[in-house]
Amino acid sequence: MTGAAVTGAPVGEAVDPGEPIFRLRGVEYSYAGRQTALEGVDLEIWAGERVALLGANGSGKSTLLKLLDGILAPTAGSLRALGLDIAAVAAGLEAFTFHRQVGLVFQDPDIQLFSATVLDDVAFGPLQLGLAQDEVAERCEEALAAMEIGHLADRAPFELSGGEKKRAAIASVLSLRPEVVLLDEPTASLDPRTKWLLVDLIQRMGDAGRSLVIATHELDIVPLIADRVVVLNEHGRVVADGAPGSILSDVDLLLSVNLIHEHLHRHGATRHSHPHEAADDVHSHVANLT
Amino acid sequence: MTAMVADSRASDGRRAADGRIGWLEKTVGGIAGSVERAIFTERHARSKGWLQRRDPRAKLAGFLAAVVAASLATSIVGLALLYAATLAAARASRVPFGFFVKRVWLGIPFFAGIVVLPSIFFVPGDRVFDLALGSVHLAPSWNGLVGAGLFVSRVGVSVSLAVLLVLTTPWASLLKSLRALHTPQVFVLVLSMTYRYIFLFLHTANGILMARKSRVVGRTSGVEQRRWITGTMGNLMSRSFKMSNDVYAAMLARGFTGELRVYSDFRMRPADWAGLAGALAVSLAAVLVSGVRG
Repeated sequence: MTGAAVTGAPVGEAVDPGEPIFRLRGVEYSYAGRQTALEGVDLEIWAGERVALLGANGSGKSTLLKLLDGILAPTAGSLRALGLDIAAVAAGLEAFTFHRQVGLVFQDPDIQLFSATVLDDVAFGPLQLGLAQDEVAERCEEALAAMEIGHLADRAPFELSGGEKKRAAIASVLSLRPEVVLLDEPTASLDPRTKWLLVDLIQRMGDAGRSLVIATHELDIVPLIADRVVVLNEHGRVVADGAPGSILSDVDLLLSVNLIHEHLHRHGATRHSHPHEAADDVHSHVANLT
Repeated sequence: MTAMVADSRASDGRRAADGRIGWLEKTVGGIAGSVERAIFTERHARSKGWLQRRDPRAKLAGFLAAVVAASLATSIVGLALLYAATLAAARASRVPFGFFVKRVWLGIPFFAGIVVLPSIFFVPGDRVFDLALGSVHLAPSWNGLVGAGLFVSRVGVSVSLAVLLVLTTPWASLLKSLRALHTPQVFVLVLSMTYRYIFLFLHTANGILMARKSRVVGRTSGVEQRRWITGTMGNLMSRSFKMSNDVYAAMLARGFTGELRVYSDFRMRPADWAGLAGALAVSLAAVLVSGVRG
């Protein structure tokens, strides 16, 4: 990897070092008052942490990230982020200050990339901050270099591949130089090379001192990108919170939240069952046949 | 995207068992064609040519001056001068020459000719011939023919200029150059977002049509097709509504507070000023050669 360094503002400048950057107490969220996405979430995230939100599809990971980014407000409970009440941020109060410090990379890059060119998209955030054109240009160059997509600056998003779109979407957030980066399924639907390139970029963002919250259901990347794992079940409740090693070795937990599954095999006269990851389900039965 | 275009082209050319091309196939072909044309145009706009290197604001100003000159020119010499300059610029910009000339002149005489056709019979002057068809006399005048020729040439030159501008300027840059004419930022941003998402919806619509085609066996009745297209339109509308909400959330997440700012890294260099001066000079000459209409 020869990419440019991922730089960022010092972490925790705006927050009392003794306070978590996110504090959630009994947070609930339901869409249109009917479909419950999150239930009774209690969580604290500290500056500099790299947190993986693990959960199956529909477990509320994306909703939780939107709450942390202040574009949704909890329907019950309280959420304070960087010393601000997130309900006020979602209502537009302090939103300008808040979004300078927290950036969200959406799961679908077609939502994130709404401008006519990649450069326009990367410049959008810094322009909204009211920065001068020279400063905007410098930030764009830095973010594009960090994602290794400088050559795509003048391209239209509809011309990009899935991996290129994903990198452009991350660059559009990095140009804000946020202290906290929230990533929603950053490696979903990517080819292996692009996936591991992004894992490397996420590691570099963490090494640069940024706080990271990453929603994923891909277990193989978790130990590489996170030093803490929060597990959500299919009802949007937090059911585990700990180090990657202990969470990923708890087969019963992973089975119960549908992150791995178990099925029965028959090889001649031999019958056996064993768990598989829900995604990237590649395994060999050679050992079982002997 | 390329695969999609290729698939759609195949389906466009494929005929139903009874020899007819269904409207769905035509729609798929049309969608693919739109995307293909847009990609072709964008590729040319980014290639290395004389006009591609010019500042979009200089190009836009030069283009407007030339179009005004074409509309003011009253002699074929003035229009020929403008067209010759347009062809020279196209050559220097490495625009495919046959494509450029054919794209304009295969359609324009037909459409402009229909518009101007009645005038050749009603303009007073010497008649070219007088053909009596019962009580009706078909008698075009020389003045009418000259006027019609000028009109078609004027339209052809103006459309050539527009095609050349679009082929040598990325759409995003063209929109941003409108700011030089004091177009409101919100207008520029909305246009650029429309341009961005129209391709996404073309892609989605194409996917829906393909998915339906892959699951339909035999012929369906007109009623079924209309019912399906109505449902699909509703589906696309609700998707676009959801996406507009999501995009707005993505804008908020990056600090959007209702006041728009558009990025522009345009720089007018000496060559851009020289190009603009050249365009203005040719436009002025075209008008002076033919004399301004009273």
